Amino acid sequence: MRRFLNNSFALVLVLGAIVALLPLVLPSGFYWRVAALVYINAIAVLGLNLLMGFAGQVSLGHAGFFGIGAYAVALGPVYLGMPGWASLLGGTALSALLAFFVGRPILRLSGYYLAIATLGMGALISMVVANEANITGGPNGMEVQRMIVFGWRVAGAQVWYWIAGITLVLGVLLVVNLIESPTGRALRSIHDSEIAARVLGIDVARYKLLAFVMSAVFASIAGSYLALLDGFVTPNTTSFLLSIELVVMAVLGGLGSILGSIVGAAILVVLPQFLTVFHDYEHIVLGAIIIVFLIFLPRGIVPALASIVRRGTA
Amino acid sequence: MITRGWIVGEFLQFAFSGLTVGAIYALVALGFTLIYNSSDVVNFAQGEFVMLGGMITFFGKAAGLPLPVAALLAVGIVAIVGLLLHRLAIEPARGASPVTLIIITIGASIFLRGVTAMVFDKNFHTLPPFFGSEPFNIGGATLLPQSLVVLFGVALVLFALLLFMNRTLLGKALLATAANRTAAQLTGINTSAIIGVAFAISAVIGAIGGILATPITLTYYDAGTMLALKGFAAAVLGGMGNPVGAVVGGLTLGLLEQFSAGYISSQYKDAVAFIVLLLVLFTMPQGLFGARTVERV
Repeated sequence: MRRFLNNSFALVLVLGAIVALLPLVLPSGFYWRVAALVYINAIAVLGLNLLMGFAGQVSLGHAGFFGIGAYAVALGPVYLGMPGWASLLGGTALSALLAFFVGRPILRLSGYYLAIATLGMGALISMVVANEANITGGPNGMEVQRMIVFGWRVAGAQVWYWIAGITLVLGVLLVVNLIESPTGRALRSIHDSEIAARVLGIDVARYKLLAFVMSAVFASIAGSYLALLDGFVTPNTTSFLLSIELVVMAVLGGLGSILGSIVGAAILVVLPQFLTVFHDYEHIVLGAIIIVFLIFLPRGIVPALASIVRRGTA
Repeated sequence: MITRGWIVGEFLQFAFSGLTVGAIYALVALGFTLIYNSSDVVNFAQGEFVMLGGMITFFGKAAGLPLPVAALLAVGIVAIVGLLLHRLAIEPARGASPVTLIIITIGASIFLRGVTAMVFDKNFHTLPPFFGSEPFNIGGATLLPQSLVVLFGVALVLFALLLFMNRTLLGKALLATAANRTAAQLTGINTSAIIGVAFAISAVIGAIGGILATPITLTYYDAGTMLALKGFAAAVLGGMGNPVGAVVGGLTLGLLEQFSAGYISSQYKDAVAFIVLLLVLFTMPQGLFGARTVERV
């Protein structure tokens, strides 16, 4: 149990089992969709957690990359005649390139200065999307053509459940591998002390940039999936609020915890679906839950559980 | 027909509106700075203080109270909200990491927005200008009396704040807490209570900003988000933690926005502001007035 709550390959197996078996208890299409949304958000949060939880760098602008992914699959087929899957890859490549070039100067900043710089980057992307209305549809958003792979029309909550679920398992596998490798140790050393890491001969700038680019790729893929699942894309996919939501998911689940990324995403996606029952109080309940959880579990849900389990077995 | 006078007038017009908007950002940034200095918390609910100031005043007035009474009532209620925020959300989470504390204040801002939408409504509201709406004509540009009210209000708040900090015992205790919390505690200062005071004062500053600005900018339950964002940007631009930097940062951001709206593109006015912000940070990573810090190992 303890090894499981700490990141390990057992996690990948259990997660794979959950993705495979969950459909047995999903009663309707609505729940397939909610589960798919959990996986899609978890993909983005997983990447963000790599940046925040492991490399220790804050980003308040990841919705920018999420939005690039979302608009890539919307715009690619219409303006460039690219098939959906190629647009998805194109968006991912674009996000990675942007993260690569923006990351160099931005990651020299630290703390609140880094926070505001990433926020500014996200805001710029958001403004381009909102203002170029004749291309992107502006605030009204635009329709996304269904993706067609080898003549098969990829659509529906069930199909996207499987695609997102499998991608998430692969993503977790990738991150677990990375964390257990020398690269992962380098990232964690940067998190603990940049100067100490530098003294040890770690190329701090390079590893921070690697985490930033990887997190951008994860966010972009998640954005593309969401747009393709919904068949529609709006500027909300680039909004500051989404950036914040992603950070809240990562912190609520537990920074530096892979399982935490998924738990955080699950809570913040599932909860509002059920809070719509008392729609007038939705914000109040959501805000209160965030406050209460973080007061009592300041390091996040999964690390707190892990330490309880540890105390129990010790 | 473009004449020299017209060009000057246009320039002045952008400058006036830039200073007015910038003064509001400056107030939000001041609130950020005060709380950040005393407790290292970046309070994202700062924009909600501004929104609440405007909303409570409007509904107080709508309920039949005279404007000054409604405004005082709003300032009082928002001060209590600030105290409660500290007491119920920040103080219990003492010792949590900065990111966790930021998320808690974001939770608080969502909560306050929800409460406002439920207690009041989700519509836009405005207040009548305090001294009429007959604009002054200066060098071919018009200046609303309310803009002057905003500018004087901000100057007054800054002046009062500096006086409070340097001339009162409570203010000095606040400065001491900001400088070194442990040392302040050792001299017998109740630092937890002092940080509560900082939250209350920040709330009051925000509420005043909201009341002064509402006749120009309107207000509604969701107005706080953008204000918090701009105020945070202004505070960072000026150098996090420096009150004078906060005001300069706020005014700079406001001027940048309005000049780029006027001369470049009104759609991309925010973009220009953020690009300048990024450029400043790339060349001066500690903001305009920030002290250079050395990380100790």
